[in-house]
Amino acid sequence: MSTAAKKRTSSTRTAAPRNGNVSAPVQAPTSQSTSGYDVEKIRADFPILRQKIRGKPLVYLDNAATTQKPQAVINTITRYYERDNANIHRGVHFLSEHATEEHDEARATIQHFINAADSKEIIFVRGATEAINLVAQSYGRAHIGAGDEVLITAMEHHSNIVPWQFLCDEKGAKLRVAPINDAGELLLDEYAKLLGPKTKIVAVTHVSNALGSITPLREMIELAHAQKIPVLVDGAQAIPHLKVDVQALDCDFYAFSGHKVYGPTGIGVLYGKAALLDAMPPYQGGGDMIASVTFEKTLFNKLPFKFEAGTPDICGAIGLGAAIRYVEGLGIDQISAHEHDLLAYATEKVSAIPGVRLVGTAKEKAGVLSFLIEGIHPHDIGTILDQEGIAIRTGHHCSQPVMQRFDIPATARASLGLYNTRDEIDALAAGIEKVREVFA
Amino acid sequence: MADLRDLYQDVILEHSKAPRNFRELATANHKAEGFNPLCGDRFTVYLDLDGDSIRDISFQGSGCAISKASASMMTQSVKGKSKAEAEKIFGRFHEMVTGHTHGDQPDLGKLTVFSGVSEFPVRVKCATLAWHTLQAALEGKQEAISTE
Repeated sequence: MSTAAKKRTSSTRTAAPRNGNVSAPVQAPTSQSTSGYDVEKIRADFPILRQKIRGKPLVYLDNAATTQKPQAVINTITRYYERDNANIHRGVHFLSEHATEEHDEARATIQHFINAADSKEIIFVRGATEAINLVAQSYGRAHIGAGDEVLITAMEHHSNIVPWQFLCDEKGAKLRVAPINDAGELLLDEYAKLLGPKTKIVAVTHVSNALGSITPLREMIELAHAQKIPVLVDGAQAIPHLKVDVQALDCDFYAFSGHKVYGPTGIGVLYGKAALLDAMPPYQGGGDMIASVTFEKTLFNKLPFKFEAGTPDICGAIGLGAAIRYVEGLGIDQISAHEHDLLAYATEKVSAIPGVRLVGTAKEKAGVLSFLIEGIHPHDIGTILDQEGIAIRTGHHCSQPVMQRFDIPATARASLGLYNTRDEIDALAAGIEKVREVFA
Repeated sequence: MADLRDLYQDVILEHSKAPRNFRELATANHKAEGFNPLCGDRFTVYLDLDGDSIRDISFQGSGCAISKASASMMTQSVKGKSKAEAEKIFGRFHEMVTGHTHGDQPDLGKLTVFSGVSEFPVRVKCATLAWHTLQAALEGKQEAISTE
């Protein structure tokens, strides 16, 4: 919203309910500090972290599954439903106009966060999964035919495998998989060999959710572009940890979920280069995505609305905007540095425990520590840690091919967020010792 | 830790480390596969059925301590029993691990070590995976069964 619009809003609406903290305006993060990253102060922004679980302070290390929400996001959502709720793009009334402005503003916030060239390149979707399905169904069905190939890697989440399998099955195309080494690093030479005239799209994760490996995106994208092959990046696990600049990366599509970057569930983003999106057929039909409809012919709306059929998750988008502003307030580079230190500390601490083996030891990693304890199934590790108030994920992490690659049924995975501390890593290490005691 | 010991009783830990009847059964005339997609547990139950009675039973596969110990103790408890008796034991076992017992603890002998599972609802699937697989084998189902 412009400054003028803000002024108008505040002077025009006088009877809006304001009760206590709930409808207070969105605060800037309280944790900015010139002297460095004050994690204790940051933790105070997250009400959920104040509670005890099974009598112990909550140690939340399941951030790769979903992240907790700062007060600023919770307040934004509450305030939206208390004061601003209206449908967007169609009302002439005050609230509709206001909600539309806030929704537009969220899109602009996200555009700047990932450095997209234009806000029309930001498509709101339900999450990274829907974003990838959109590209597979729209771009994919238009450009991929019998005998063509889709190239992915061996460390994709199921949501960057299955949509391409649907497409390949329908079109008689082939899914090719670039291999990884035992550390969980992409083999760039093998990847390069798999690129060829039949390759019609590359779909690759930015950070592996099961292993934490950061993929060599710049090199991969350059190699693909040298053969005029577009690249989709699954950024679900990168967006909370790393600075993402879609123009510097030069990726053609970038997908992520809001709830993994401290925003609400049910909202996510597909970034796409305008020229590609413009040429793509719509994904779903309905309201908002049309310019005009008769029973004979429908004209589609312009970007980004062409891909946003139906009333969108308005509050979700605005909530995601608040989450991004919160992250920007702390600084993504500062968050990244904090988490990098913490991951190094956790790696050292956990791998020093006898019987523990790390899965995923790539040189470049972000946010994820997957591990096994000799003779103890990850599911049992998860249950015992839970009794200590420690939340981790156990299982295949929706990456069964990764588990097959390492010939293991599952792993225990601790994953980091901007609010985690060294004390919490110590609690994890103590918890792992307890697991070993139970099974001694 | 008291709660945890209710779940991970010594007998359970012992069976998970040294499961009984943990092999392929050469004489098997029925078998079924069970899979828990949530945690990747996978077991095959082999049966040597003599008419209505379970002459021999074994299992193979991998899973957590609870699922493995449950499979191991299941093979011991149903060996030599009729199909109907095995079904009845499973019924009572299921009631116990889901906390749906009526009044007294059911007479399940050694299997009562699994009563602590009822305090850990997400682990019920682990405790019952082998039993569901046995049921499928008894019914002669061809498809792999899944707890999801």
